[in-house]
Amino acid sequence: MGALRRFKVWRGDKTGGQLEDFKVEVNEGEVVLDILHRLQATQTPDLAVRWNCKAGKCGSCSMEVNGMPRLGCMTRMSTFAEDETVTVAPLRTFPVIRDLVTDVSFNYEKAREMPAFAPPSGVAPGAYRMQQIDVERSQEFRKCIECFLCQTTCHVVRDHDENKNAFAGPRYFIRAAELDMHPLDTADRIPAIRNDFGSGYCNITKCCTEVCPEHIKITDNAIIPMKERVVDNRYDPLVWLGRKIFRRDQLPAQGPAPHPVVAPRQPAPPRVGTHHIPLGVIWHKPQPDGLEAEVGPDGKMPLTEVTFDRAGAASPFGDNVTFPLPPDSLNYQHPKTDD
Amino acid sequence: MTENIERHRYDVVVIGAGGAGLRAAIEARLAGKRTAIISKSLFGKAHTVMAEGGAAAAMGNVNPNDNWMVHFRDTMRGGKFLNNYRIAELHAKEAPERIWELETYGALFDRTKDGKISQRNFGGHEYPRLAHVGDRTGLELIRTVQQKIVSLQQEDRAELGSYEARLRVFAECTITELLVDGGKIAGAFGYHRESGKLVLFETPAVILATGGVGKSYKVTSNSWEYTGDGHALALRAGASLINMEFLQFHPTGMVWPPSVRGILVTESVRGDGGVLKNTEGKRFMFDYVPDVFRTQYAETEDEADRWYTDPDNNKRPPELLPRDEVARAINAEVKAGRGTESGGVFLDIASRRPAEFILKRLPSMYHQFKELADVDITTQPMEIGPTCHYVMGGVEVDADSTATTRVSGLFAAGEVSGGMHGSNRLGGNSLSDLLVFGKRAGEYAARYVDGLGAGRPKVSKANVDAAAETVLGPLERAGGENPYELWHELQTVMQDLVGIIRRKHELEESLKRLADLRERIANVGATGGRLYNPGWHLALDLRNMLIVSECTARAALMREESRGGHTREDFPAMNPTWRKVNLVCALEGDDVKLAAQPVPSMPPQLMALFDRSEMAKYLTEEELAELDSVAAGDNVVAERAVN
Repeated sequence: MGALRRFKVWRGDKTGGQLEDFKVEVNEGEVVLDILHRLQATQTPDLAVRWNCKAGKCGSCSMEVNGMPRLGCMTRMSTFAEDETVTVAPLRTFPVIRDLVTDVSFNYEKAREMPAFAPPSGVAPGAYRMQQIDVERSQEFRKCIECFLCQTTCHVVRDHDENKNAFAGPRYFIRAAELDMHPLDTADRIPAIRNDFGSGYCNITKCCTEVCPEHIKITDNAIIPMKERVVDNRYDPLVWLGRKIFRRDQLPAQGPAPHPVVAPRQPAPPRVGTHHIPLGVIWHKPQPDGLEAEVGPDGKMPLTEVTFDRAGAASPFGDNVTFPLPPDSLNYQHPKTDD
Repeated sequence: MTENIERHRYDVVVIGAGGAGLRAAIEARLAGKRTAIISKSLFGKAHTVMAEGGAAAAMGNVNPNDNWMVHFRDTMRGGKFLNNYRIAELHAKEAPERIWELETYGALFDRTKDGKISQRNFGGHEYPRLAHVGDRTGLELIRTVQQKIVSLQQEDRAELGSYEARLRVFAECTITELLVDGGKIAGAFGYHRESGKLVLFETPAVILATGGVGKSYKVTSNSWEYTGDGHALALRAGASLINMEFLQFHPTGMVWPPSVRGILVTESVRGDGGVLKNTEGKRFMFDYVPDVFRTQYAETEDEADRWYTDPDNNKRPPELLPRDEVARAINAEVKAGRGTESGGVFLDIASRRPAEFILKRLPSMYHQFKELADVDITTQPMEIGPTCHYVMGGVEVDADSTATTRVSGLFAAGEVSGGMHGSNRLGGNSLSDLLVFGKRAGEYAARYVDGLGAGRPKVSKANVDAAAETVLGPLERAGGENPYELWHELQTVMQDLVGIIRRKHELEESLKRLADLRERIANVGATGGRLYNPGWHLALDLRNMLIVSECTARAALMREESRGGHTREDFPAMNPTWRKVNLVCALEGDDVKLAAQPVPSMPPQLMALFDRSEMAKYLTEEELAELDSVAAGDNVVAERAVN
């Protein structure tokens, strides 16, 4: 026979509710979910709580225990002092349905917006070949049990319903990262991650990582690398310049390469006569040579002017580029008025 | 009825959103059918996530000698030849394709060195055969099919403007009754768990994929959803169940602390030196070595302990007896009053091996118990007992189409269907089972709908009203019996009397107590409103658990032999005559009626996969004589061909 311990459990529905006091028997070795089940069996048969496996594998019994988002089945009563009142409340970020059950449909809506796995064309089922080391990166994220604790914790939406439209939350950042790191996936989700899923809202406070019951390094292994990709893609001056100069179909494909590929330098093709050079903008002109910024022996750009050979930052166009550019590398040929 | 009942019209309704249900829904949708998926819990939470070992498929990635015939042979052996051979054959043949298909949906299995899907060894499988992802294969599987469904919804949105144009998931929705029109499925009736609102699906085809029945037992590795819904729905619709006496129990599941009750303790704990002790501290397994094993097992603790380091010169410790012997011994100790308060005994490795050894050999066990229960298996013994894990029995179906034999338009796949596993299931065969037959169920349900044309069966108002009345009944009996108490009593009856080791008088006693419970469950009440009310939900699940429990108890009483997942203490051996018999349960009025039916017999080309000496253990004299005459006939044919 265990001791009676004090609990406060939030009871109510979308019209309102409050924390109610209970005294419940607690036995050695029990978890919070056991206590809620005892409440159902002995005091409040209609206490609403979601649960399934009771082994930390399905992610159903998410709740907030003493203000901390947790799985009820994995929160041992032995972690509280005997005279401590344990407060159990529904997830704060989602609308309450009843008692500890919330409407988590937000998550399923976001899941539906994520561009799905795009299998490689021409590879038959059974012919997929991947190395263990390559699949492991995505496998870490596929451990996710969809308990949505990261989603409820994330301050971007926790008290800001207005951000929910523009922000998918950590669960869907690891989903995007997982697909992105899938060795055979062929889709590019980087624009969607920035534009539709709002990766920019995340300021890497790592709260999601802290509450993850599967110990997935959400921030370090998924969000940060993905933000880097987004930034490379969006704000890298070279890519930016490319976007300004070229039409979309002339831009290098924005595939899942980790960094924008800088084409190796090649000598400009010799000009053959003057024929076939159309006038005006030459839309089909081949890409100009790749531009490189100068780097030190460690392969990186110098951090400060102190260690740099000139004042000011390196040229965003690459230090080896001098202006004006030779006119034959431009995709514009001025019409000769004399003709 | 004063209430307006929400109505939906679909071509195919899949009840259950685990692996089998989702795979079936994918197939029905690919066949162009408007498909609804009914999920008792949230989308993606089904019990499939619990599967750890892997999915068995003879891909031959690790050992190229593997093929469907070897897999088929293993499956039949595991089921002690009570399996429906055709189901086992299709399963073995199609499992590899189903696994490879998952990769095209985005699954990431562990790999071999040459980049193929890795396969691991598992008890009963001749070659390494289980495709796996660490110990979370079930999660990978359900996530993969879940995400495939989302991708199909995205395609539908692009084409038709709505994610739910052809494939819709009804999460947290329970079906309480199938509606039948002249022997044909016409619809499914149920309620939304969240709102308590009633809902009617008008559909000519229903696929049952509701999983198992474990929640009728006190100690089980199953989740709350496993209340035998599909089994009971099928019975009430007029279909039949087979093999219901066969339940897979694991001898060593945790019984204490409550937070981990039912969770399996791997057998390698005993292989690595763990011993079983009763509350008197006695290592009791030495008292339970049956005569047939006497020569193979050690008689003293010293000899047993020497085996771990020198297995060639010493006999094995009795803790390593076959599963059913270990379970029988634990059961006997507990019933003799030498068990713990929670009905278990101690499994002690802590006092026998250093902590470093345990950590190195059983890392995931250590973490599981540390994290979930704060039990440190390196310093304290585990409290274990038999735990209910899987039901081999289920809805009787046609092997190729998964269609039930007695109701048109009703299909079943996965754990809820019967026949595939015979009297016992091999590890890894459940995940491949649900893929192979989930797909077939979707495919054949779609074909069935096509065949109907415009003349679809009609839902009758009287049936809907009756179903609604049943659902709302408990709420109108606020002073009725407490559902939690009734549930507890049902579990006690099943655990104590229809558990892992069965006896005639206990089974008879169980039937009496189930009959009492039936009357009390008819009077179950629920307080509170209709909004997400677990007490009410449980009250409705109880009648399913009851009827399925009754099937198990009746079949267990009738089958007077021990085979696979059915052990009778009064009939401890296998009996070849019983091998020819499937016990079939059906409803007559409200009563469960049991009938014996012959097991379909294997055609000669499949029979030829087995040695005669092996078959001699299973077959009757007449069957063997017939087998020999067929073989002789083959020889004659072969000789003629040579000449």
